[in-house]
Amino acid sequence: MQLALSEEDQAFREEMRTYFTTEISEEIRTTVAEGRELTKEQIVQSMQELNKGGLAVPHWPEEWGGRGWSELQRHIWHEEMQAASVPVPLAFNASMIGPVIAQFGTQEQKEEFLPKTANLDIWWSQGFSEPDAGSDLAGLRTTAVQDGDDWIVNGQKTWTTLGQYGDWIFTLVRTDPEVKKQAGISMLLIDMKSEGLEVRPIELIDGGHEVNEVWFTDVRVPVGNMVGEVNSGWTQAKFLLGNERVGVAPVGATKRVLAKAKEAAAATIAEDPLFRARIVELENELLALELTALRVAAHSAGGEPHPASSVLKLKGTELQQAVSELVVDLGGPATLASGEGDATLDWYRRSTPTYLNLRKASIYGGSNEIQRQIISRGILGL
Amino acid sequence: MDFSYDSEQTALRDAVKGLVGKAYADYEHRRQTAKDDPGFDEKVWTQMAEMGLLGLPFSEDDGGVGAGPIEIGIVCRELGRVLAPEPFLSSVVYAGGLVSAVGTPEQRQEILGALSSGESVLAFAHDEPGHRWTASAVDVTADAQGALTGVKDGVLHGARADVMVVSAALPDGGTGLFVVTDGGGEREGYSTYDGGRAARITFDATPATPLGEAGVDVTSSIATIQDITRIMAANQALGAMQFQLKATVDYLKSRKQFGVTLNNFQALNFRAADMYTSQELTHSLVDWATMVVDGGSPEAVSDAAARVGLQVSRAGRHIGQEAIQLHGGIAMTAEYNVGTYTSHLTVLDHLLGDAGHHIRALDDKLTSYAAIDPLDVAAKA
Repeated sequence: MQLALSEEDQAFREEMRTYFTTEISEEIRTTVAEGRELTKEQIVQSMQELNKGGLAVPHWPEEWGGRGWSELQRHIWHEEMQAASVPVPLAFNASMIGPVIAQFGTQEQKEEFLPKTANLDIWWSQGFSEPDAGSDLAGLRTTAVQDGDDWIVNGQKTWTTLGQYGDWIFTLVRTDPEVKKQAGISMLLIDMKSEGLEVRPIELIDGGHEVNEVWFTDVRVPVGNMVGEVNSGWTQAKFLLGNERVGVAPVGATKRVLAKAKEAAAATIAEDPLFRARIVELENELLALELTALRVAAHSAGGEPHPASSVLKLKGTELQQAVSELVVDLGGPATLASGEGDATLDWYRRSTPTYLNLRKASIYGGSNEIQRQIISRGILGL
Repeated sequence: MDFSYDSEQTALRDAVKGLVGKAYADYEHRRQTAKDDPGFDEKVWTQMAEMGLLGLPFSEDDGGVGAGPIEIGIVCRELGRVLAPEPFLSSVVYAGGLVSAVGTPEQRQEILGALSSGESVLAFAHDEPGHRWTASAVDVTADAQGALTGVKDGVLHGARADVMVVSAALPDGGTGLFVVTDGGGEREGYSTYDGGRAARITFDATPATPLGEAGVDVTSSIATIQDITRIMAANQALGAMQFQLKATVDYLKSRKQFGVTLNNFQALNFRAADMYTSQELTHSLVDWATMVVDGGSPEAVSDAAARVGLQVSRAGRHIGQEAIQLHGGIAMTAEYNVGTYTSHLTVLDHLLGDAGHHIRALDDKLTSYAAIDPLDVAAKA
């Protein structure tokens, strides 16, 4: 057992810090630090600035831009990025469909999509959830029926985050309704400019437009856009949902918000021991979480994930939510103006929308009840 | 950056497990041992000495082994796992740690040598009625000749101890440490609710020998050894929690109600999942704090002790309470082991400071940094 980073990892950490604080637009980092919303252009720009230095998709196969890092190095990369207020690479591209195409795609698909996916020249949307298929994803009903060289897609996807920016959407569709539900699913890549595809905004409780419904009416998709074999989509889906061990707990970003709260509310905190006690507890829980993430990352031998990785999403989202709640409470009456007017003015004006928005964190990516199911069944054998 | 044991550490863990795990494989043996004085098994204590465990932290010059905090943590964790009542934490880590830190070379050789070989049991008489977890002595005083007067309470294994280290307010201010032998002080031993032993000790101009140089304020040494003991107690608590979760999971899989095993009920399984989350977060912090002791500055160790103390207080109550609830009535009985683990976790929680105490300590420096960097603590050390 040894706490200190090796010299090599220490140097790696410095290299990451330097890159993030010198090569990524300061305006973008300030926007993140102040909790303001990023524009599409800013998200694209920062990912391209990362990609330029080979830091957008380091976990991909080396042939396609990966770096062959250890899990610990990936952890350091991810934490330093958040600490420097750099937006993490767009998850739909970097963490979701990129690795799936690299693993299951044809050579043509890899060449066509992977470089543009890494550089965010293509903005991917996710078409998994449906109105009747949330946690029970395999219950999805959007169909694809083959007609010559095309699949014809009909149905509806929902909760498509930032779908209004999407160029392409990766979808799970039902290609065989007669078999066990997991065995009749395929993965299709669909151009969002296709005829019959419509994106409809969903207004959320935070007042923002972050997610969408995506409707498919006789959308024709070339057969060459299927990833993997027909009816093998569940394999790709499980790979996509399960391959992200590093970075599932947004520790760095939550730490940064808490540090900012201490600074911004210094006067309130100085007078109020109850707030201080809350902050002490949150900092301690975040420390325990960060150390658990490190423990998981340092345990890279063998390839099997450390069982403790299962607590990262559960606890990480709980703390992310708890810190956002603290910020609203620190703001007190100042937060009533939340969402009004020029949001660049006042940190507290953005606090309640953020708090409300983050209720999603314990729902998406496998709700926290699903996480408890994974722990009790998969880890504890109950 | 490495959270795993090397081969020697793994061998140590297996050896300790072999010794105490075998000795207390039958919970009834632990129960009987706790019923009769001195509250632990002298035979097991001797075996621990033979294995070199009682001299683990001390230098070879002082008759010890010169092992580091990782090794001491391993012993504590395995003792906690089987609820072994031997006074390793109070005698070796706490009282022995003080002798090692403050004693003269002669005192270290004599006292730690006898402790390491199993010939004598050490106790630290420090807590005083009406004071909460301080590093100073207040109401027990030393006069100019070094004679002690006043009352200490909650002295773990104070009645059985052959050698006692006693803290006392010095005539010129500060806190000094003294050695009392030959049964000095009036000792009223009693059982603690987890089957351990403690004593109330009344000194009345009791003759004592200064530990280390006479008249020197050693408050900061006491504070540091308390911090190390907190971290080792956290290792012991983690072993107990790991046992409780395992026992609870096994019980849920085997106990039948309504014609099915309890693990058919999601409400119960989810509570077990939350216990697992508490356990793993605690495990990470305990490992970290133990590594901080390995070469960390007193400030870094103090910070780590408060942080791990806070986490263990929260998690120990969570896991200890849920272990009883998920077992049901059986865990309320002394005959069944799970509830006694909860009792022991409660002792550890109040031995050197509970969650509230640690929060106050951490609050004192809350605004002196922006965010915690767990790796930076190591870098500073």
